[in-house]
Amino acid sequence: MSLVNYLVLSGILFSIGAVTVLVRRNAIVAFMGVELMLNAANLTFVTFARMHGELQGQVIAFFVMVVAATEVVIGLAIIVSIFRTRGSASIDDVNLLKS
Amino acid sequence: MDTLNLSWLLIAIPLASAGVLLVLGRRVDRWGHWLGVLASAASAAGAIAMLVELLGRGAADRSVGVHLFRWIPAGDLNVDAGLLVDPLSLTFVLLITFVGTLIHIYAVAYMEHDTDRRRFFAYLNLFVAAMLVLVLADSYALLFLGWEGVGLASYLLIGFWNYRSDYAVAAKKAFVMNRVGDMGMLVAMMALFATFGSVNYETVFAAAEGTNQGVLTLVGLMLLVGACGKSAQFPLQAWLGDAMAGPTPVSALIHAATMVTAGVYLIVRSGPIFEGAPTAQLVVVIIGAITLLFGAIIGCAKDDLKKALAASTMSQIGYMILAAGLGPIGYAFAIFHLVTHGFFKAGMFLGAGSVMHGMGEEVDMRRFGGLRRYMKVTYATFAFGWLAILGVPPFSGFWSKDKIIEAAFVGEGWRPLVFGSVALLGAGITAFYMSRLFFMTFHGEKRWNDGHSSTPDTAIARTPVQHPHESPRLMTVPMIVLAVGSVALGGLLSIGGVFTSWLEPVTGVVGDHEPVLPVWLLMTLTLAVVVVGLVLAWRQYAASSVPVIALAGSVLTRAARKDLYQDEVNDGLLVQPGQYLTRSLVYGDRQVIDGAVGGLGRVMVRLGDVTRRLQTGYVRSYAATMTIGLVALVAVVLATRI
Repeated sequence: MSLVNYLVLSGILFSIGAVTVLVRRNAIVAFMGVELMLNAANLTFVTFARMHGELQGQVIAFFVMVVAATEVVIGLAIIVSIFRTRGSASIDDVNLLKS
Repeated sequence: MDTLNLSWLLIAIPLASAGVLLVLGRRVDRWGHWLGVLASAASAAGAIAMLVELLGRGAADRSVGVHLFRWIPAGDLNVDAGLLVDPLSLTFVLLITFVGTLIHIYAVAYMEHDTDRRRFFAYLNLFVAAMLVLVLADSYALLFLGWEGVGLASYLLIGFWNYRSDYAVAAKKAFVMNRVGDMGMLVAMMALFATFGSVNYETVFAAAEGTNQGVLTLVGLMLLVGACGKSAQFPLQAWLGDAMAGPTPVSALIHAATMVTAGVYLIVRSGPIFEGAPTAQLVVVIIGAITLLFGAIIGCAKDDLKKALAASTMSQIGYMILAAGLGPIGYAFAIFHLVTHGFFKAGMFLGAGSVMHGMGEEVDMRRFGGLRRYMKVTYATFAFGWLAILGVPPFSGFWSKDKIIEAAFVGEGWRPLVFGSVALLGAGITAFYMSRLFFMTFHGEKRWNDGHSSTPDTAIARTPVQHPHESPRLMTVPMIVLAVGSVALGGLLSIGGVFTSWLEPVTGVVGDHEPVLPVWLLMTLTLAVVVVGLVLAWRQYAASSVPVIALAGSVLTRAARKDLYQDEVNDGLLVQPGQYLTRSLVYGDRQVIDGAVGGLGRVMVRLGDVTRRLQTGYVRSYAATMTIGLVALVAVVLATRI
């Protein structure tokens, strides 16, 4: 089974994530899109690590997971607090800084 | 060590007195005026001591320089403050301090009811100090200091009653017109410094001979501009009539006897420069001749007593400037006339002040008349001044004015005939307008409301009731002293040519010059025109009745009443174009410069408005931009690689 298939899958996943971020208004769904993009990148890292027979790619994938986890924690906290104060999780409604 | 080394005290005393009066303010109101009189009298005493000292020396030693201190040490420019005591400056010092003291005394009574009398005396003292600096200076730089000082004092005193806005405007007018003259002085000083590297009289005059005539002509003309400003000569004469807004003692001291003659002093003092520049000399004579007639014509039509006297002053200074322009032959007579004029004109101004004092500050001569019965001392002293200015022998003016007319007739070609005739004609007009003034004020029938006559003339009955009375002793005594001067000074100083030989160390020795017409003929002609003027004035203003309201008059009369349209001319030639210029500059500034700067700002605002729309504030659109950009970037990289 060729490794190229993994890269194609990774590209598809990334595109789905990017379109989700661009199209959906709900902050949580957009967030999920971001996660999907991150995991697509992880898949690419791991694939290339296998192709070259090295470990760096796999290590970086772990780092990305850690960063994604922290991001989710802080991001979700912000989204929840916005939802509590404004009664909406739509990212278009967050416009207090707009003049 | 002698008295001359203390000559700086002459300046310092009145200056200190002015300082005391101004700094201590209202606290010295009770005795401040006497301090002013005392300071002026102290200077006069000092001047007499200096005269005695100089008379004790030989003619050659009568010019003494007194170095005071190094004033402006600046590299190549080194100006020392020093005084020059010589017969010319001492003549002025004596005139200023003596006449000044008399006028100070007069002013004690004249200004008695003015709450600001102390301030008045402070300014008078300031004037005396500045005028002494002007005449005693030994360099043009120090002279300029005094020149500006008297200008300041004149400004302060013309506008002394500055709560009346027209008086304040008159003061400003005098100040501004004098600034025009001062520019001439400054240019002259710069040219002198550029040429000779010094503005000291001694250095300049020693080097003047043999210097390029063009430079000397420039300096001479610029000095003349300065003299015209200060001495109210054509074309800078318009301020003098309005300067009569000041209290009468000021008109007598500053605008008749002393300050306005500073221009004559300047020209006589700068003799060596003018002698090297015949063109400048000719211009001086022409200016003098024009002003002489100009003032005389205005004097014929003025109904305001003080303004008529001011026009006469202008005309008489025209005589002096004319004489000063004639060169060494005229210097002594210019100064001689200046001294006698200082006495008789100051005396007449004080007389005018006395008349105003007795007539409730009225100045319109058409509302005087017949005052000789009410003010005997004023009448008598004024009469002597009047006879003196007419040049009736043996009064003072005869000795000085006739000499100027004679000197004007000396020379070759067209000049003696033209200038001599102008001087002669001026003498006739002078006789007419001074007699007119005198008769309208003191002779003829009463044209004022005495309260109990049933005058049919309603124009008179409507005016306030007048109680003409003689002025107090403090006012009449100075008038009497000046009248004595008007009678005797000219004759006394002419005995054996005392005055001309006294001035010879400065003005140079002049040989005999024969006028183009014989002297006896000139004298007869002069007396004849004077008598004609006098008789004409008598017929019109003493023998027949004078209308209280001025008639419309001829074209010339109307022009003369309006000062020969001097203000209109200045307005049309200078003020209006100046205003247009400034207005167009303001317009240009607003439209072009402000427009460019403001326009740039507006363009930026528009540009910002357009670009602002790109910032929607939607996170998704930013993310889309980033994604599209990234895709495009990758596409470009891939396309170039393959």
